[in-house]
Amino acid sequence: MLYGIFQMALLYWFGFSWQVALQDSFLSTVLLAIACWLVSNNLYFYRPKHSRYIYVGFFCFILAVLWLVLIRYLSPFLQGIEMSYMPFLFKSLPIRFFTGFLLISWVALISILWYSQQDQIESDKRQTDIEKLAREAELFKLRQQLQPHFLFNSLNSINSLIGSQPKDARKMIQQLSDFLRSTLKKEDHQWVTLAEEIQHLVLYLDIEKMRFGHRLETNITFDEETAAKKLPPMLLQPLVENAIKFGLYDTTDDVIISIKANAVDNMLCISVQNPFDPQTASPRKGTGFGLNGVRRRLYLLFGRQDLLQTQNLTDNIYTTTIQIPQA
Amino acid sequence: MKALLIDDEPLARSLVKEYLEETYPQIQILQECGDGFEGVKAIAQHQPDLIFLDIQMPKINGFEMLELVDNRPAVIFTTAFDEYAIQAFEAHAIDYLLKPFSQERFNKAVDKWLQQKDLADNKKNTAALLETVATNLERQERIVVKIGSKIKIIPEQDILYLEADGDYVMIYTPEGRYLKNKTMQYFENTLDAKKFLRVHRSSILQLAQIVRLEPYEKDSHIAILKSGAQIPVSRSGYSKLRQVLGI
Repeated sequence: MLYGIFQMALLYWFGFSWQVALQDSFLSTVLLAIACWLVSNNLYFYRPKHSRYIYVGFFCFILAVLWLVLIRYLSPFLQGIEMSYMPFLFKSLPIRFFTGFLLISWVALISILWYSQQDQIESDKRQTDIEKLAREAELFKLRQQLQPHFLFNSLNSINSLIGSQPKDARKMIQQLSDFLRSTLKKEDHQWVTLAEEIQHLVLYLDIEKMRFGHRLETNITFDEETAAKKLPPMLLQPLVENAIKFGLYDTTDDVIISIKANAVDNMLCISVQNPFDPQTASPRKGTGFGLNGVRRRLYLLFGRQDLLQTQNLTDNIYTTTIQIPQA
Repeated sequence: MKALLIDDEPLARSLVKEYLEETYPQIQILQECGDGFEGVKAIAQHQPDLIFLDIQMPKINGFEMLELVDNRPAVIFTTAFDEYAIQAFEAHAIDYLLKPFSQERFNKAVDKWLQQKDLADNKKNTAALLETVATNLERQERIVVKIGSKIKIIPEQDILYLEADGDYVMIYTPEGRYLKNKTMQYFENTLDAKKFLRVHRSSILQLAQIVRLEPYEKDSHIAILKSGAQIPVSRSGYSKLRQVLGI
């Protein structure tokens, strides 16, 4: 706008009628605005690298030339032009080119600065989001590893045993320590054999058996050949925790948790069974979470959604099955 | 003085027993219970002065068990870990003991009870405690009711509607109706607000059960449910309904 008014005043001062001045400046200003919009829009979608800024300059140059050519060939169609207008137009072309080029480049520069600042703000935000997520995941993992509920209850049981059965108390401290140590030692990416994983689970189950007394029984079956098969560490733990939670807190009877493993066609197949009460199996808080975590892990590892399955075989037995492709 | 132990872990019970026998021979343990059902029965049978209560237990938790008890004794909670318990009890419970706890900490809790027992009304304490807990509890997914000596757990989706009935609330399910001594306000606060709506001073209904709404007298409506039941809807209830259902 400003540029247009300025040009009009200048032309008028050079002695052209205000009509011509208005038309001329309108034409060039509109064309210039289109050129500027083109530059800015292009830069919105394509952000050049630092070494490529020369191309932007080149692009601005081309646009300025195009703008000039358009003015050159459109201006003769203006209404009521005086005789002196055409020579003046030719004479003024270099000046027009220069101002046009400067303006377009200036808009390009502003656009680059503006967009890169926007990008910066956005990527900063993304970065903090990512960091926050990572922190939360880390915290969750830590809490998961330590299982405060389990830990405090176990300590309480030990406290009780110290008075009545000191020998058992010692044994339980040993079990708890071994369990915690092997939990902390596990590396995410290092696969373990089924035998090792089961050994870890047995530690956990023995502690739970101490806590719940005769109510909890376990039944683990797998053959020699299957024992050597490998799986990602700590994959079974959430399944067994889930089974215990459902089994022990959803029924008042004695509970048998069965873990069975076998190998079929290069697949390690493990199932965990627990009793439940279909009448009152209300959506208990947190039960699904462990399973979802396992499902997600399996998906990340193998890119398959069908590796974890749950079913109610009979009325009151709940089975969770996972399959692990063997490399 | 009579006490009961209610905890699903035998070792946890024997610890409380040991602590109690050590310092308070005058408090007699009448029974040990492994779950809330036994707890309800034992409380009705023995009318204890004090109970030691775990929160996470099979089938029904410690709070749900307390709801079913008519003559509430003083309560000392024993729990491993409970975020909401800590804030909720500070004001009202005799005490809460975080497992594992020491003999000294345990004694402090019992001493507190012994001092309060004579002056304050524990029943009132427990009732106030339960109210506080209710408002702190996450939304309720089931309701536990007692029919005679039987305990029934009603999952949320089975609740068709609720009706005020004097100081009680009548809960209607496909299998029948059950009385619970709670306020409408309590259910309005604890049931899932996405599924249940208080449409009248004396009625809350499950939104998915509504078949149609009909005008009734001036300014009021009735909601017809799948079961055929007709529920009065007040003017403000009707505008809430329209908002929720998007009509």
